[in-house]
Amino acid sequence: MGIVSPGFHGRRRGDQKLPPGQYLVTDFPVLSAGPTPRVDTGSWRFRLKTETGQVREWNWAEFRALPDDDITVDIHCVTKWSKLTTHWRGVSLDTLLAEADTSAQFVLAHSYGGYTTNLPLADVRDGQAWIAFEYEGQPLTAEHGGPARLLVPHLYFWKSAKWVQGIDLRDKDQPGFWESLGYNNYGDPWREQRYWGD
Amino acid sequence: MAGAAVLGRLSWQDGTVSEIRKETTAAVSIAIDLPNWAGHRPGQHVDIRVTAEDGYSAERSYSIASAPEPGRVELTVQRLDDGEVSPYLTDTLRPGYPFELRGPIGGWFVWEPASPGPVLLVAGGSGIVPLMSMIRSRGAAGSHAPFQLLYSVRSPADALYAAELAERQHQADGLRVDYVYTRTVPAGWPRPPGRLGAADLPRGDATLPPSAVFVCGPTGFVEAAANLLIQAGHRPAAIKTERFGPSGG
Amino acid sequence: MQTYLDGNALAGPLGEVFAVDLTSAMGQCASCGARAAMAQAHVFMDGPGAVARCQTCGQVLLRLVHTADRAWLDLRGISSLEISLPSE
Repeated sequence: MGIVSPGFHGRRRGDQKLPPGQYLVTDFPVLSAGPTPRVDTGSWRFRLKTETGQVREWNWAEFRALPDDDITVDIHCVTKWSKLTTHWRGVSLDTLLAEADTSAQFVLAHSYGGYTTNLPLADVRDGQAWIAFEYEGQPLTAEHGGPARLLVPHLYFWKSAKWVQGIDLRDKDQPGFWESLGYNNYGDPWREQRYWGD
Repeated sequence: MAGAAVLGRLSWQDGTVSEIRKETTAAVSIAIDLPNWAGHRPGQHVDIRVTAEDGYSAERSYSIASAPEPGRVELTVQRLDDGEVSPYLTDTLRPGYPFELRGPIGGWFVWEPASPGPVLLVAGGSGIVPLMSMIRSRGAAGSHAPFQLLYSVRSPADALYAAELAERQHQADGLRVDYVYTRTVPAGWPRPPGRLGAADLPRGDATLPPSAVFVCGPTGFVEAAANLLIQAGHRPAAIKTERFGPSGG
Repeated sequence: MQTYLDGNALAGPLGEVFAVDLTSAMGQCASCGARAAMAQAHVFMDGPGAVARCQTCGQVLLRLVHTADRAWLDLRGISSLEISLPSE
């Protein structure tokens, strides 16, 4: 630990119940691995590919015609900030997976711009994950992942891929952008699974 | 020693704040005593670390403002109202407080005091800080290398080191300083307020072009300035840039 | 407005790992072949790790992660690095 700087508190607030090692913030930090992709809804597609190669694709109108949920959740970033009671609107992955014929165990999410992240399929079903297109009542801005991002609040937020373009259902797990470079393959904030070996 | 330096691996050093000096309403210069500090190359920066009592810490990078000196380093910090670290440094830090940093860092954006060639310095806002280290080092080394500084800043009240730059220019030893005010100009100022433009830059294909051009400031400023410099005939290979974050602290 | 820094910002994190300053090293992009000082790369580093991208084609040059007690480095985006060494 570094030498203590007298009088420095940082941006944190309060002592609400947070996962270990996390600090509460009231702003919404923007973290990125690259420039913000600019994707207009006219050319936006979401592609679901099963492990047998079957593809189902939605354009923006088709996607927005699907039933959607109001979502209120806490989110936790591996860089240690947590934001409580965030409000989103999105289409449940259960809705998108409803007609998929699959026995796959794993998912690899792809984003416009090349980012990827992997998850167990079981963690994006049963009301645990959405493709979110609104944040705090407004269309999701590009800097926060719009037109649409993956939202999987029970895991560290690097798994909630911004600018999501599709998901591949896979028999074999494929580590994504950060999972292949030291970050935990699963990422449960409550067990503080930040890095490999945690 | 040209090119990349061979260093030991960087490690954190414990220093003590010896002096804090107000530069403008929103900026201070902080002098830090460091027992194991051997000096730096003008243009280099340090990483600093502040730690709360519960172990929470934040790191930031700041350019060194002073000329190289063993045992001592000076930084200039601009206060950002919504910053996490800069308000602590400008409002709370006091002489005698501990200060943790590592460095000096950087092998690219540096000027060697032994270089005789003419230099063009282009600063946007707090981008003046590493360029001031170069100007101060030039002075300390007794160099007469022609230095031209173009300093883009919102208003005269926002300019850092104004009195010192005026004094150094007054010494008539080859330093020239020109201001580009983007929002508010002094009464009678010949140039209306506005961003850096082609007309503000010296040509790069003039008789004695600079052998080095250093551009520093927020990313948007650096991109715009570098493009203008190339359009004005400056050799891309002679231009070195350092981008600060859009907030910078 | 692009909110990236440049490779100068990597000098500190890389300096924790390497004894040589790499920001003045000349790197060749494995995607487009452009050659430039690492200091000129476009760097995104407020997230889980640092990503340096080729300023010509935007592809990833390197990725650097600092976890609790180790650093992870992926240099696949660079096909070669030329590093000046001071003459003895």
